[in-house]
Amino acid sequence: MFFLLVGFCLVLLIRWQLAYPGEVVPFVGGLLGEANAPGGSLSPEFYNQLGAMHGTIMVFLGVVPLAFGAFGNYVVPLQIGAPDMAFPRLNATSYWLYFAGGIVMLASFFVPGGAANNGWTSYVPLSDYALQGQTWWLVGMLLLIFSSLLGAINFIATIIQLRAPGLTWFRLPFFVWSQFITAFLLLLAFPALQAAAVLQGMDRIAGTSFFLPSGLVVSGRPLEVAGGGNALLWQHLFWFLGHPEVYVLILPAMGIVAEVVTNNTRKPLWGYRLMVYSVFVLGFLSFVVWAHHMFLTGMGTAISAFFQATTMIISIPSVVILSSLILSLYGGSIRFSTPMLFALGFMPMFGIGGLTGLPLGLAATDIPLHDTNYVVGHFHYLVAPGTIFALFAGVYYWFPKITGRMMNDMLGRIHFVGSLICMNVIFMPMFVQGLAGVNRRLFDGGATYVHAQDTLHFNGPMAQAAFVLALFQLFFIVNVFWSVRSGRLANTNPWDATTLEWAATSTPPRAHGNFDAPVRVFRSAYEYSVPGNPSGYLPQNAPDQA
Amino acid sequence: MEGIPYTTEARPDTGLTNPKLGIWLFLASEVMLFGSLFSSYALLRTGAPSWPKQWEVLNVPLAALNTVVLIASSVTMVLAWVSLKNKNVQRYRLFMGLTLAGGAVFLIVKAIEYSEKFSHGLYPSTSNFLGLYFTLTGLHALHVVAGMIVNAYFIGPGVRMWSTDPERFTNRIEVAGIYWHFVDVVWIFLFPVLYLL
Repeated sequence: MFFLLVGFCLVLLIRWQLAYPGEVVPFVGGLLGEANAPGGSLSPEFYNQLGAMHGTIMVFLGVVPLAFGAFGNYVVPLQIGAPDMAFPRLNATSYWLYFAGGIVMLASFFVPGGAANNGWTSYVPLSDYALQGQTWWLVGMLLLIFSSLLGAINFIATIIQLRAPGLTWFRLPFFVWSQFITAFLLLLAFPALQAAAVLQGMDRIAGTSFFLPSGLVVSGRPLEVAGGGNALLWQHLFWFLGHPEVYVLILPAMGIVAEVVTNNTRKPLWGYRLMVYSVFVLGFLSFVVWAHHMFLTGMGTAISAFFQATTMIISIPSVVILSSLILSLYGGSIRFSTPMLFALGFMPMFGIGGLTGLPLGLAATDIPLHDTNYVVGHFHYLVAPGTIFALFAGVYYWFPKITGRMMNDMLGRIHFVGSLICMNVIFMPMFVQGLAGVNRRLFDGGATYVHAQDTLHFNGPMAQAAFVLALFQLFFIVNVFWSVRSGRLANTNPWDATTLEWAATSTPPRAHGNFDAPVRVFRSAYEYSVPGNPSGYLPQNAPDQA
Repeated sequence: MEGIPYTTEARPDTGLTNPKLGIWLFLASEVMLFGSLFSSYALLRTGAPSWPKQWEVLNVPLAALNTVVLIASSVTMVLAWVSLKNKNVQRYRLFMGLTLAGGAVFLIVKAIEYSEKFSHGLYPSTSNFLGLYFTLTGLHALHVVAGMIVNAYFIGPGVRMWSTDPERFTNRIEVAGIYWHFVDVVWIFLFPVLYLL
């Protein structure tokens, strides 16, 4: 959570710069240091650092650890009726590696030349001879990768081995399925980046030229290296991780939304089995779509055609899952609680993000759109009002489980409405700008580009919306701290839910051991509105009435 | 409900203990790591206009010796585990010691190879082939060191568990053995790819 805030602060600086190029940043301008912001306004180099580190921190230190590490770690063992994760020590190791990785990343802002400034993708050959910050980035990434690998092993082992008696595979809550597939993606995709980071580290430290082609000229001088390397190799390795990583971001979010939706519509999840099959297909296909990030690299039309086809195919299971979630609403008696609002917000936002991805997946339409603000808008719709809304839904939903108290509903609603409006004001104009051909990563937001002039006026409102969005997050922060101490007390099952986490005592009293008594599971995950049952729901651990 | 189930006894429907499943999953990710590196090797080599005759640059006899040493240490690793199954700690100590010695010999030979290259002015930066050679074998050597640290723990302070929980200790040796065999297998791929092809 802390890192999400850090990442968000970085982007506020970026937005200020884009809207008011060269003007003095208010309030914090003086604190950034003379090297980064001479006279209080951002330098181009520092702007690039902000861009790279915003991406890195949000993805690797913010969303993944929160969606997978935090929610997964807390909720999965509870939902499968396990006393703990399978390997508690490994779990702690994973956390501390993550912590160390985060420290290294933040510390890199203070080394000579500042943090990595090559974008979150660290494309070679630029990053091969960038300043020291890039090496710190590599070390930080390696630590985070180890952390994720250990976490993934732990999750898979836990879900396979520690399910409570009677909890068969198709009785698992959908959230557990989504985490299970996510763990496999992390386990099998991250090593590619590990290899890439090792190779780039060798390039930077030992002077190899894995990513440096022969005859490379930098700043008018030929580079003194053996050459013979291949810059595309980095892109292949990076996106072999990078694309499954996208699904690492979205699958846990889908899982959370599924839990919240079925609970608040008081209905079984529509098409539960179909969703599970879809998530399997999604996980598998996510390994064979990576080169759709590389249509512009000149790798050939045959390869482009293959990856274009797989990319179109992978949209099918995504649509199946989203449609199932929407169909789950049909005929339900919906409770508009705060988590449900965020889950409902997720669906159209994820829809916009997903549909705008299709033109990017087709090689022909990708060529003009590549690296424009259209791309930025596309993935921010998926991650910000998509994944992060789902994470908020999860926080509001499981808060009583964690603390034994409810969060304030009024503050939650204000938080939801404000965030929804502001995020759309920020991200919707990006599509327009992108279609106009405005490139991403422009230091002045396009002010010196002729074709960007028609869409420049969006930059002001986008920046203002970003600052208002920050204000609305205060409602959330206040809500969390206030509710922990003095929120309304919750009973053990405040949402009348069926899944196992609500069968444990509200705040697990002991350090180890979630449940007071052995758990047995008798039925599938979402037995809501069972005919002839007066309470309207049947928890998974309730024995059949004889 | 105390303790985490299936740490020592296998779960009936999966037939696995937690640590055994854990190590296999870990090895799956290791396969992806070395797989990525082998793919990089293939891509760089096929894209290169010329490639040195590898067996002329590197020392094939020393590497062949190392292959034999490493495979032998895998055999002694299995024998160490079998000794525990037969409740014979003395033989376990003997075979585990031999496994450790095998790892040490492997690393020493590797160091001789490296210093031979350095003395001829051959560094990772010399060419992409040497860069790949040092990266791949270096990473593999790190895996050997990691395995030796684990094995050294099990012959040193770790062996105390034998008196308190022999079954769990035996399982630990089995899991450490699975890892050790994997390190061996990686070398069996590295040897022909880097030295012979």
